Amino acid sequence: MTATRLGRVVGINGNIVQAEFDTFTIQNEVAFVLTGAERLKSEVIRIRGNTAELQVYESTTGLKVGDKVEFTAHLLSVELGPGLLGQIFDGLQNPLPKLAEKYGFFLQRGAYERPLEENRKWHFTPLATVGEKVRAGNKLGFVPEYIFKHFIFVPFGLAGAYEVISIAQEGEYSLKDVVARLKDAEGRTVDCFLSQSWPVKIPIQAYREKLKPHQPLVTKMRIVDSLFPVALGGTYCIPGPFGAGKTVLQQLTSKHAEVDVVVIAACGERAGEVVETLRTFPELIDPRTNRPLIERTIIICNTSSMPVAARESSVYTAVTIAEYYRQMGLNVLLLADSTSRWAQAMREMSGRLEEIPGEEAFPAYLESRIASFYERAGVVRLSDGSVGSVTIGGTVSPAGGNFEEPVTQATLKVVGAFHGLSRERSDARRYPAIDPLISWSKYPGFLEEKIMQRGHSVLRKSHEVASMMKVVGEEGTALGDYIDYLKGEFFDFVYLQQNAFDDIDQATPQDRQRYIFEFIHRNILEAPFNLPDKDSALHFFQKLRQLFKSWNSAQWQSAEFRSLEAEISNEITQVLKKKMNNQNE
Amino acid sequence: MNKVYTSISNIAGDVITVEAEGVGYNEIAQVTTSRGTSLAQVIRIESNKVYLQVFAGSKGISTGDKVRFLGHPMRISSGEDLLGRIFNGSGVPLDKGPSLSDYVVDIGGPPVNPVKRIIPRKMIRTNIPMIDIFNSLVESQKLPIFSIAGEPYNELLVRIAQQAEVDIIILGGMGLKYDDYLFFRDTLEEHGSLSRAVFFIHTAADPIVECLLVPDVTLAVAEQFALRNKRVLVLLTDMTNFCDALKEISITMEQIPSNRGYPGDLYSQLARRYEKAVDFETAGSITILAATTMPGDDVTHPIPDNTGYITEGQLYLKAGVIEPFGSLSRLKQQVNAKTRQDHRTIMDTMIQLFASYRESLEKQSMGFQMSAWDKKLLHYGKIFEEEFMSLKVNIPLEKALDRAWEVLAECFTPEETGIKKTIIDQFWPKRQ
Repeated sequence: MTATRLGRVVGINGNIVQAEFDTFTIQNEVAFVLTGAERLKSEVIRIRGNTAELQVYESTTGLKVGDKVEFTAHLLSVELGPGLLGQIFDGLQNPLPKLAEKYGFFLQRGAYERPLEENRKWHFTPLATVGEKVRAGNKLGFVPEYIFKHFIFVPFGLAGAYEVISIAQEGEYSLKDVVARLKDAEGRTVDCFLSQSWPVKIPIQAYREKLKPHQPLVTKMRIVDSLFPVALGGTYCIPGPFGAGKTVLQQLTSKHAEVDVVVIAACGERAGEVVETLRTFPELIDPRTNRPLIERTIIICNTSSMPVAARESSVYTAVTIAEYYRQMGLNVLLLADSTSRWAQAMREMSGRLEEIPGEEAFPAYLESRIASFYERAGVVRLSDGSVGSVTIGGTVSPAGGNFEEPVTQATLKVVGAFHGLSRERSDARRYPAIDPLISWSKYPGFLEEKIMQRGHSVLRKSHEVASMMKVVGEEGTALGDYIDYLKGEFFDFVYLQQNAFDDIDQATPQDRQRYIFEFIHRNILEAPFNLPDKDSALHFFQKLRQLFKSWNSAQWQSAEFRSLEAEISNEITQVLKKKMNNQNE
Repeated sequence: MNKVYTSISNIAGDVITVEAEGVGYNEIAQVTTSRGTSLAQVIRIESNKVYLQVFAGSKGISTGDKVRFLGHPMRISSGEDLLGRIFNGSGVPLDKGPSLSDYVVDIGGPPVNPVKRIIPRKMIRTNIPMIDIFNSLVESQKLPIFSIAGEPYNELLVRIAQQAEVDIIILGGMGLKYDDYLFFRDTLEEHGSLSRAVFFIHTAADPIVECLLVPDVTLAVAEQFALRNKRVLVLLTDMTNFCDALKEISITMEQIPSNRGYPGDLYSQLARRYEKAVDFETAGSITILAATTMPGDDVTHPIPDNTGYITEGQLYLKAGVIEPFGSLSRLKQQVNAKTRQDHRTIMDTMIQLFASYRESLEKQSMGFQMSAWDKKLLHYGKIFEEEFMSLKVNIPLEKALDRAWEVLAECFTPEETGIKKTIIDQFWPKRQ
């Protein structure tokens, strides 16, 4: 190792520190600013002459001109290995429970902890054999981590072919033990451990090919799965004004989505929301695996009062961990809440660097940063032929709820589905407040395309009639149109809206969605109701609506479910019968 | 250590530049002028040039005045003897009492580790149905009141403060009119709450930089009380003045503004303060109620907009009542399942019907014929406005829920409300 390269602080502006360096410096390398006994982590973000500009991941209070700076030559990296699942990290991958244990209520400046437990023993089973030729991303062996086989890989950063010269026997090993030794063509050896580190801003590319996302990701949210589906390996965004329910939506998705691993990046949002996740997930049981939800969850938490620079890196930390689990052939869902806070962090940095601002003072590179982040999603075929995926869902918090702002617009260009939340829907307590008239998805769902289109057209028609009614009044609307309007409202009310606080209604599995959608489609949307007047039509739909609400909270295929279904069918046949009678008369 | 510098090279707005060495970022200095002494804080360092914002403003500072650095960031005393006292933004007593120096703590301390927080679970009862039923207030919540100048937001703050069961009330006043300050003082005194209250007051006539300190000082003191097992209610009024002070300083510092002149870090600045609201795992709690006046009643203005993204909901005070639309308590579901079984149903149903009422009202105002259903809604809406929305109503939650069922039964048939049958069977009032 070369001697530590040093520098000195010459200027301080918020969390940007200027440091003169002695020899050379590397763009984006990690540096430490030394003040008193504290070592503050920072990153080189701009170099001018012999001055490096550092963004400090901590509060800069008390820093002085002349304070020493140490450059490390490493890019900002995360440690990838067994023990990540169930953990809660800050944006720099410090384990928060460990910090709490050591320092109490508050986050101490300059306190860093190793992300993974150094001394914990893992049961390693080798897969590679001595003499085998391997490349970056090949499997050396595995350790059990909860229900998963956590594979140990040839370090992703190795270029070219290597030969395994030794591999550990099956047995107990900690992160400090060498489990394999590799040799390249020139005879240089590399030691492999259970964990490896990877720079967060560079995508892991140790796979054979990237595939097109086509398989639906079931979120158990009816409006999403049935009308605006998301694909495994796809990307989607949820923009919405404050109070429209972005975070509740993300929380429900993190609970119910049918994926193997969920990475939650709480980026610049309320701490309280993370607390809810981390306090409830250990007790909630994942119905797919019968294990606590926390065992498939990793939380990266850099809430709004934590340092801004670490907020910027937290989404990268999260996506790197997601990519790592993808390498094991798993389906990973990354939920980033909110990408606007991440963009704002970039804006704050850019402002302090006095860069020429773009629209709304966001930096000019905003779009390319957003695009390259979402591009880290995808379905990939790995070197052993298995398939893994990273799906990214990001919320956007547009200023003033106006989608014409830079972050929303830059995001819409690169995602495959758009779930736009609207103030009107949330004010009317129509949750989830995804507005079906503005949202879209490019991915196929599990429902038949034709039926899905029918759902969309009913809503559009209903909206048209409703807008017309605003002008000509109810009395000026034909009964047929009025019934179309009621059908749309009914569909919205009983199918698109879901009660997040009802144990059954909050998550509708695929089979049930298909069954209910087809039921509504066949018996209500397509039924030629011929009701005598508007008042009785309204009354009929109100009654149906009430029955459906009970039906939605009945256990799937239970006796109650069956009896309510019979009651609803009966209600409908009666109205259809009335029609026959009317015709007979 | 505390060297005195006399080389002030620049004065722009309330920011002065002095050439000095060995100065720490955010450090406090004393500026002595012919008019007296003021504190100032370091906000930027460029090699030997140190930028300070002067709390008392720069009026009358001469380039030869003395600047003495104190070697520490801004501090405030936080002992029990603060109770019943009134201070300005830099902690100088405004009443006739002595100045305090016990238990000094740095202001703007580090954030709470999220894993040391707990899920809020205690409802704060206010006896205001629009809050208790529809937007329940929860201990450790941060909740602003969005309104426009002239609305009774300070009255609402005081009323909640008095009726809420908390140990300590801390008021942070920013840009307060002097009579508003007297109003707070007199009302709390009248109800005997002054002895458990602390005031940090910046009036509209005081220097702008002091306004910036008020939330930090207020919250630093609140945090100390909370760590000593107290349940603290912090009232901040008016946060819009705080944001405008931020804008003024950042423009003086030639920062690039992001939106309508406000600095790009407005969100982070607000979040750092509001996020001090907390329920400690093994100690007390801080609940923050703030007033945010919306310039032009525009909720998309950067101040209410950024606030709304940070706080756990908002109360929208308009025309003297809390508007059902636009008002929201994000924490209500943490507590309203445990109050009474019908609480959530009443909450959802009444608001949905009220939304339909507003539609009917719109139709009516456009001169359309009112259907039977419209008429029912109009009847309902009127009762709702009088008996639930009006701030004159002062009844406990349970009574309000009982009354809600009576009102629903008076106006609608069960299926028109869309309420689940099981709940109807249990709660729908039986006809005599």
